[in-house]
Amino acid sequence: MQVRVRALETILTEKGYIDPAALDLIIEAYETKIGPHNGARVVAKAWSDPAFKARLLKDGTEAVNALGYVSRVGDHLVVVENTSQVHNMVVCTLCSCYPWEMLGLPPVWYKSAPYRSRAVKDPRGVLRDFGVTLPRETEIRVWDSTAETRYLVLPMRPAGTEGWSEERLAALVTRDSMIGTGLPKRPEDVAS
Amino acid sequence: MNGVHDMGGMDGFGKVEPEPNEPTFHAAWEARVMAMMRAMGAAGAWNIDMSRASRENLPPDVYLASSYYRRWALGMEQMLLEKGLVDSDELAAGRALRPGKPLKSKLTPEMIERVLTRGSFARPAPAPARFKVGARVRAKNMHPPTHTRLPRYVRGRVGVVELIHGCHVFPDSAALGEGDNPQWLYTVRFDASELWGADADPTVKVSIDAFEPYLEPA
Repeated sequence: MQVRVRALETILTEKGYIDPAALDLIIEAYETKIGPHNGARVVAKAWSDPAFKARLLKDGTEAVNALGYVSRVGDHLVVVENTSQVHNMVVCTLCSCYPWEMLGLPPVWYKSAPYRSRAVKDPRGVLRDFGVTLPRETEIRVWDSTAETRYLVLPMRPAGTEGWSEERLAALVTRDSMIGTGLPKRPEDVAS
Repeated sequence: MNGVHDMGGMDGFGKVEPEPNEPTFHAAWEARVMAMMRAMGAAGAWNIDMSRASRENLPPDVYLASSYYRRWALGMEQMLLEKGLVDSDELAAGRALRPGKPLKSKLTPEMIERVLTRGSFARPAPAPARFKVGARVRAKNMHPPTHTRLPRYVRGRVGVVELIHGCHVFPDSAALGEGDNPQWLYTVRFDASELWGADADPTVKVSIDAFEPYLEPA
């Protein structure tokens, strides 16, 4: 594929359709700037600030853009909250829809046939693949992103983090916890 | 179209295998493909629905055997040929043999922010929404041979409208180059038993985002 893709880029460049320098910047942004740390800061803020959390759950795009310190998000970010009763999980059965601005590019497993096929039919089995077991009575709510809305899970704040700064809290927020296939780290996981 | 990309509910693909410390890209060409796709989209060569359709139109055996970015590359080559932006002799030669055709724009380094933030797919509503939150709706039993975002596993099933997202570009039209044709977009929630039968896990609920033409009153 390396040769075939290089040829394609040569053709598109020679025909004047693309500027390779712009491609370099797109790649650099996804490798260095745009990743789950963006989402983690939003989650930590929501854990610390009830007014922000309410705003985030009402209109994710508006709330994130008002923060100013994480990269802007486009329209239709919907944030769904995990509680002791409901656990949310996000999938795109048709392709790979994913909140790129909050989490970066999706991991291979998210785009894979096993995840896309099973998440809507056997979400507890999928969670087991990730080593996550939830109480039997917890409602599992799966969001299949079939349009241009993008879903971000607001995980539950771990116990034992009272009084923590947003920065310390953000270190507990994993990418998978914001997709719903994982849980945040516990304080003892990051003890230094 | 009823393609292999519409995977919800299929069996036999095995366990989900997360990769510890996964890199952003697994080869340099993957990054170039991703960036080329974004740059050509920003230039106006195609819209997001056309690019999804190009991957869904890959032969099923090719789709299943290809990695994610290989699908992107193959779909992109196909779109370039279909739109007359590149010719097959050029793909064979690995270089341009004639000048490019005019595109709406060209993505330059100064315009990068534009592709890093998602565009808006919301459009003014041509008519009031047909369904209210809480309404019982049935996903239509429809099987268009062209691009659609109504997954097979909900067709014919009854759910409840949970959210209304406003009016959005209708992918089924946009993929065919027929314009935005804005339609109301709803989150519709289904009980697992409605989708998978009486043996389904009673604690599971699944929602899709459904455009109004996909739904009828139930």
